[in-house]
Amino acid sequence: MTTELVPLPAGLAQIAEEFAELAPSDRLLLLLEFSDGLPALPAALAEHPELLEPVPECQSPIFLATEVDGTGPTATVSLFFSAPPEAPTTRGFAGILHEGLDGRPASEIVAVPADFPLRLSLTDAVSPLRLRGLSGMLSRIQRQVHRRAQLGQLG
Amino acid sequence: MSTAIGIDPDQKFAQYAHPERLVSTQWLAEHLGEPGLVVVESDEDVLLYETGHIAGAVKIDWHTELNDPVTRDYVDGAGFAELLSRKGIDRDDTVVIYGDKSNWWAAYALWVFTLFGHADVRLLDGGRAKWLAEERETTREVPTPAATEYPVVTREDAAIRAFLPDVREHLGADRSGRPLIDVRSPAEYSGERTHMPDYPEEGALRGGHIPGAASVPWAKAANSDGTFRSADELRALYEKEQGLAPGDDVIVYCRIGERSSHTWFVLVHLLGFDRVRNYDGSWTEWGNAVRVPIAVGNERGSSSA
Repeated sequence: MTTELVPLPAGLAQIAEEFAELAPSDRLLLLLEFSDGLPALPAALAEHPELLEPVPECQSPIFLATEVDGTGPTATVSLFFSAPPEAPTTRGFAGILHEGLDGRPASEIVAVPADFPLRLSLTDAVSPLRLRGLSGMLSRIQRQVHRRAQLGQLG
Repeated sequence: MSTAIGIDPDQKFAQYAHPERLVSTQWLAEHLGEPGLVVVESDEDVLLYETGHIAGAVKIDWHTELNDPVTRDYVDGAGFAELLSRKGIDRDDTVVIYGDKSNWWAAYALWVFTLFGHADVRLLDGGRAKWLAEERETTREVPTPAATEYPVVTREDAAIRAFLPDVREHLGADRSGRPLIDVRSPAEYSGERTHMPDYPEEGALRGGHIPGAASVPWAKAANSDGTFRSADELRALYEKEQGLAPGDDVIVYCRIGERSSHTWFVLVHLLGFDRVRNYDGSWTEWGNAVRVPIAVGNERGSSSA
């Protein structure tokens, strides 16, 4: 029996496909690319750490912020992350979310299914416990976007 | 013990009970590449090795390689033999382990190597952070060592590993000479929280500590740069302040057994205690078990179970 999966938005679906196509031993290297490629915080945010939200589900210190341009489902969302170089796994997770979701509409971001981290083919390479950090980041982003875009009652 | 690789003559190490269990960054830099020496990196962050590691070092990950993928246990003799053969490690090799977070996971890996009786396994004092702070060379080049034929060795848990029933027995009426050490943070010990500050909740239903356990956070044994404190400082802490004696039957625990591996290493290899067991089930087992006694607050609490 197959369970119907909630579809991923295009950006994340493509990333999930890239991981799935790799040999298991190469998946960490793709995560490393995301880690290396995570953009630095813009100066305005770097100078105001109080605007960033911590993600305690991660084993390493990471902070994130969202900006929503306007309100409603079509409002564009910008994502910002800060994590130190000694936390490359966390940076890699942030890099995935940034590449897949930055600049996308609010409706798309809040619709990302909660099982997305488990659909990255990383469970064996990273361990389920470590993947919780990615879930923590995603749920915090969704909560912020929901509020800032004024999408109404949380389902 | 292999005699091919000498011990680090560092004066600080000479004061420890087993100086042969530590090497300095300088010693390692001078000995890299010698036949019979294998360097292993073992980190909390599964991707840290890939960002750059000591040249020639192989990676061993605690979650994905030392743990059994199904049962909450370590790999068995066949699994360990397969892992070490794949990493190019021979039974008589000198293994130097280093890692992040003040060597927690390195100490954990060393403890698992000890379950399989690997004779010559050492820690790099100060771990990964010290190597990087000294701006020593790292590389992203992953070595491809020739596979070895590491023998299948039966894992011997009894001497250095405690299970829940052992801990219950430890709590019996006569506690003299049978100390129990909780190495978690004070807030975890008191029961205010069930996991480390800034760490994910790892599913303990109850907070507090095992009754009678003394609170000696692991970090007291480390300097701010991650190196171990001197032999005199460690003796003052564990023997004078806590009243432990090298002949005591000690059990150490934390949350999942990684921080207590650090303390286990200190007591066994640096202070020469000969009967120390690590309770790797730790709080994520005890804090979920039905009808085990729990003490809350800063006092040790009653030890009658």
